Amino acid sequence: MQQDEIYARLTKVLRDVFDDDTLVATPELTANDVKEWDSVNHITLVVAIEEEFGIKFKTAELEKMKNVGHMVEQIEKKTAA
Amino acid sequence: MQLNWLPLREDWDSLLRSVKELPIAEAAPVLRELAGSRMDFAQMGKLDRVLVRLAAGSAGGAIPGLERVRLAILGSATISHLPPGIRVAGLRRGLQIEVYEAPYGMYWQELMDAGSGLHEFRPEVMLLALDARHVAGAEGSSVASALELMRACWRQARTAFSCQVLQQTVMPVFPDLMGDNEQRLEQSPAAIVAGINERLRPESEPEGVDLLALDRFSAAEGLDFWYQPDIWHRSKHEVHPRATSVYGDHVARLIAAGRGRSAKCLVLDLDNTLWGGVIGDDGLEGIVLGQGNGTGEAFVDFQRYALGLSERGVILAVCSKNDEKNALEPFEKHPEMVLKRSHISCFVANWTDKAANLRQIAKTLNIGLDALVFADDNPVERALVRRELPMVGVPEMPEDPAGYGPTIAAAGYFEGLKITEEDRARSRLYQANAEREMLKESVTDMGSYLESLRMTMTAQPFDSVGLTRVTQLINKTNQFNLTTQRYTEAEVAALMRNPKAITLQVRLVDRFGDNGIIAILIARAAGAEAEIETWLMSCRVLGRNVEEACLNVLVERCVAQGVHRLMGVYRPTEKNGMVREMYRNLGFEAAGEEEVGETRWMLDLDGYVPRPVAMQVEVVREATV
Repeated sequence: MQQDEIYARLTKVLRDVFDDDTLVATPELTANDVKEWDSVNHITLVVAIEEEFGIKFKTAELEKMKNVGHMVEQIEKKTAA
Repeated sequence: MQLNWLPLREDWDSLLRSVKELPIAEAAPVLRELAGSRMDFAQMGKLDRVLVRLAAGSAGGAIPGLERVRLAILGSATISHLPPGIRVAGLRRGLQIEVYEAPYGMYWQELMDAGSGLHEFRPEVMLLALDARHVAGAEGSSVASALELMRACWRQARTAFSCQVLQQTVMPVFPDLMGDNEQRLEQSPAAIVAGINERLRPESEPEGVDLLALDRFSAAEGLDFWYQPDIWHRSKHEVHPRATSVYGDHVARLIAAGRGRSAKCLVLDLDNTLWGGVIGDDGLEGIVLGQGNGTGEAFVDFQRYALGLSERGVILAVCSKNDEKNALEPFEKHPEMVLKRSHISCFVANWTDKAANLRQIAKTLNIGLDALVFADDNPVERALVRRELPMVGVPEMPEDPAGYGPTIAAAGYFEGLKITEEDRARSRLYQANAEREMLKESVTDMGSYLESLRMTMTAQPFDSVGLTRVTQLINKTNQFNLTTQRYTEAEVAALMRNPKAITLQVRLVDRFGDNGIIAILIARAAGAEAEIETWLMSCRVLGRNVEEACLNVLVERCVAQGVHRLMGVYRPTEKNGMVREMYRNLGFEAAGEEEVGETRWMLDLDGYVPRPVAMQVEVVREATV
């Protein structure tokens, strides 16, 4: 899957989960930039992304993710497999 | 995978967006329709946010057209992801469920501390959701100590709130230490979980606790869907977030069942629903039903499922586009038919549209349209009924008839909590009722019709034998109900011991059979005056002077207690318009009206002349137990 497509689909997931139609997935975006992005919603977001792309993250992978850019790299790797 | 019985809506997202612009009265029914359609996990969250915002923005927090219920969830791990699924599932059933979450892990403190948020919230329903590690995974865990802990919580909840208590059974999350014979290792967490779940079944019963059978439905759907150990380790979510819509639906159906909102009647289509093929075209020999053919056996299996429902009190009806003669033929002549004509309380086969026929069925059986579930293989018919009668339950039926029964079971429309003898007999009763309707058509004079029924009414104070049925009737009667006041079983039992309370449970027998308990009256005496707090009646016995006969008995009981004036009150709801004028019709005088449409009535008992009735009346003065 191309990165463009991943970013577009991720944008939709972010908007759905955080109920904010102004959100755009960018490489630098982190939890600190989104008011609603707390630890509870983080779980919701991860599950929503897993459902959207039909993938599953390992706990260790999630712990290493620092921003949306890292997340997209992981999604790219997993959907290519 | 989840909520597969709900229909898909292409316009789901745009419809939800449009709701945000609507005033609350118009938004509410649209939201309910959205809740009744299939949605994914993210959509569920969005719908819940709109719902919560709508309630927050309305006067008193109420959403019009929904019944409000306060639910408290007490858990030992993360529960903050559970409320959206519960609220949305409540909306699906006409309930506005307000959820209180006890702080993380604080279930015991919240229960015991009279100053806690839980006590302030005063739950009407309490869900105890203890995770497997909490009850079975610690050093020294045992089946007995887990049961002891749960029982202590139930009793505390009962004492403090007299509320419905739901106990979640334990999710089987532990890997086996032994294997298929895990039970042989007493200290195995997996064996302890199995042991707790086994003991919960009999032990919840005498405590009046209803189980949320998480162990059963998570197994049915596959434990992997319900529980993922990595999510548990990360954030202590035992129920996986993607399973919360199904979890919420199970919670909501138990709450709805406790409030008399389960469906009462399964309406069946015939061609390609009860048998394969079209009876009018294929004929008796041509339809596919029974042995020697997988499809034919699947139809037999579905008929068996429907019969099982009927035997536990669900009414069966038929609604088919057919000539009646053709439609009846398999019931009368096909050797493989499990369902007989006698199992069907109302049989409608004609060429009128199905929405009109469903209205007729509800009317004939004297139940609300929202008590019907309509099973039809034809998507066009299903769509028509959903559009015309959104209150009727219309499950998406799978293409293969092998899935019909499991789909209706999974949808939980008929969620049941209690079994009474009368549940089992009810199906036969409604059937006899339909025959009575036919008799009414052939006898034109009302008086002679009533005489011909040869009725005997028995009125007696509440007793422990009738307690379950009395409570059930109090909590599910919506139409003929003057005050719609609900009571828990404990509250009903308390009335039995109260010398100031005049209680009547009324039974009616006629030539077609025993109708069981069909009316309940509760009055409280204070000096020379008594007030009727509850008066309700089953609509099955409307138009038979039962109201008059009940009043005669009540007056007699009041006079015996030294009462001279009887007060009545009518409290309007969406459903009880039929009794607005009841007190006037029974000779009461108007005694005031409140703003909300509540009316008060007064009857002078000095010189009361018993009203004429066309039945034998037997009065039992003392409770037998």
